[in-house]
Amino acid sequence: MSARWKAAALVAPLLLFLLAVFILPIGAFLLRAVQESDVAPVLPRTVSALAGWDGAGLPGNDAFAAVIEDLREARERDRAAGGGEIARASARLNADWPGFRSLLPMTARRVAQELEGAPREALAGISEDWATPEPWAAIRRAGGPVSDFNLLAVLDLKRDAAGHIAAAPPDQAIFRGILWRTLWIGALATLLCLAIGYPLAWLIATAPPRLVPWLLAGVLLPFWTSLIVRTAAWMVLLQREGVLNAALQALRLTSEPLPLLFNRGSVLLAMVHILLPFMVLPIYASLKALDWRLPRAARSLGASPLRAFLRVSLPLSLPGVGAGCLLVFIQALGFYVTPALLGGANDQMLPYFVAFYASRTVNWGMAAALSCLILLAVAVILAVYGKLIGFSRMRPA
Amino acid sequence: MIATSRLALWIFGLLALVFLLAPVLLILPLSFSAGSFLYYPLPGLSFRWYADFWTSGFWLPALWNSLRLGTVAALLAGVLGTLAAFGLWRGNFPGQRLVMAVLLAPMVVPVVIVAVALLLAFGPLGLTNSFLGLVLGHAALGAPFVLVTVLAALQQFDAVQLRAAAACGASPLRAFLRVCLPQIMPGVAAGAIFAFATSLDEVVVTLFLAGPAQRTLPRQMFSGLNDSISLTIMAAAMVMVLLSALLLLAVTLLRRKR
Repeated sequence: MSARWKAAALVAPLLLFLLAVFILPIGAFLLRAVQESDVAPVLPRTVSALAGWDGAGLPGNDAFAAVIEDLREARERDRAAGGGEIARASARLNADWPGFRSLLPMTARRVAQELEGAPREALAGISEDWATPEPWAAIRRAGGPVSDFNLLAVLDLKRDAAGHIAAAPPDQAIFRGILWRTLWIGALATLLCLAIGYPLAWLIATAPPRLVPWLLAGVLLPFWTSLIVRTAAWMVLLQREGVLNAALQALRLTSEPLPLLFNRGSVLLAMVHILLPFMVLPIYASLKALDWRLPRAARSLGASPLRAFLRVSLPLSLPGVGAGCLLVFIQALGFYVTPALLGGANDQMLPYFVAFYASRTVNWGMAAALSCLILLAVAVILAVYGKLIGFSRMRPA
Repeated sequence: MIATSRLALWIFGLLALVFLLAPVLLILPLSFSAGSFLYYPLPGLSFRWYADFWTSGFWLPALWNSLRLGTVAALLAGVLGTLAAFGLWRGNFPGQRLVMAVLLAPMVVPVVIVAVALLLAFGPLGLTNSFLGLVLGHAALGAPFVLVTVLAALQQFDAVQLRAAAACGASPLRAFLRVCLPQIMPGVAAGAIFAFATSLDEVVVTLFLAGPAQRTLPRQMFSGLNDSISLTIMAAAMVMVLLSALLLLAVTLLRRKR
């Protein structure tokens, strides 16, 4: 066995471990964004009957007969197993065409009894919706095994009955706004961290050596303090009956409590507070490694302090700035706990909606599609960073 | 001119440090309140909220869960991460960049995605609502920190010593255990502490995977903050801050040793 393979064998345990409990689970989860598995098991005949339909007008008689037969059988299975096949299918179809949540269970109940007349008229008699193309198009789109429904939905897009991509109706078109909000809050937090963090890192790097451990401790102590504790601190400070409001009233600066919590400002404040050390530490590391004779040489050659900073010190510390911005921005995009606790309904970012779809509505497809969006953003940022600065120049703090 | 800009820098820097330190320092004394308000002045001092923390049915078990979980996850991440770091440091093998990207991926993937993915993957395996499932998740999140820290420690280690040990007849395993490991031990320990701190800080994976029996301290705080904030949460925050300070102290001492 060559030394190469011995080295690879040492890496293998962690690699296999991460493949098993990290890469594969995430891959399987992300695949749910395109998988369609809720409707086809309930309406198998309907889905195949709709395969030849052109989307214009109503489908053929066989599709109407298939729905009746499929729903009768699905209802029997649901009753026998106590399962919720029809409920799952109607939740999925309702996401595409609102109305299905009641239409499908109601139709299933009614077709269980004897029907009068041909399938087409019988279904139209149960609900007039069956005499329109929209529900049929939704069934066909959800027939699977894969579709781009969720991926289009998180971009506020949707396929029409004929299969062309079009803008989603305004009441469903919320995700572009949430994406921009996420990027905007992340960018703002990064800029604020940079504006506060660079001077602080500069101060620590140029302070008298005996003071440096104390100044560093001031950055490291909050860095090590749990995120949940720091979020709790801001909640207690800012809430209605909190420290800040009580102090303002005691000083007679305000007569009644100010609404300081559950807004964009409180989310940003806490995010900057939590992320600031991630900016300061890499910048400090690159300033500490800087050869301070270079800016001094620039000064002795006649450059003004500002010019020496802009032309010599700042460019030399850019790797630290880049690393800090990368760390802060990527983490900001993933923030969930802090906005969930400190923000209002209009301050929630993409991760909140991933958790929302996964836990509240159990819509794995949308949770996965939104996760794809976040990971895409992270990948773009990493690629830009790799292109501009490169990962080999990153220094451990 | 230079003196004034220097003064301005100091004022700005100290204000930034106040911003970093003050929020947590301001709320911790509330935990000693004799009353039940979340503002000053305190009506009196008492340990009643610590007594509440100590005697209630869920806070102490949550602390115990956090410590147990963090220890096991840090041990697992520490062993796997140290082996992998040594392997990456030793040799060039095909696909090393890709392997490195996979090993560091847990640092950049938002934890909410990890949490939902693990909930889906672990459900059929019976690993949700289980201690083992949480250990696996937390070890995956902590392992990259061990890897990075141990790789940094290995940069200081002279590989010639391993060849010298081999020339003296030591097997590669013996050479690693007796020559290399003692020298990089501070780095390994620091990495394991990072992994422990990652686990101690983690809310979201626990939120999705843990059952009532596996609730950790931050998870308990999260539900408390979502509900109504009691001063017992401030006592819990104090416990968390003391734990973090201990971990920071340990890492600082290990750094000095290096």
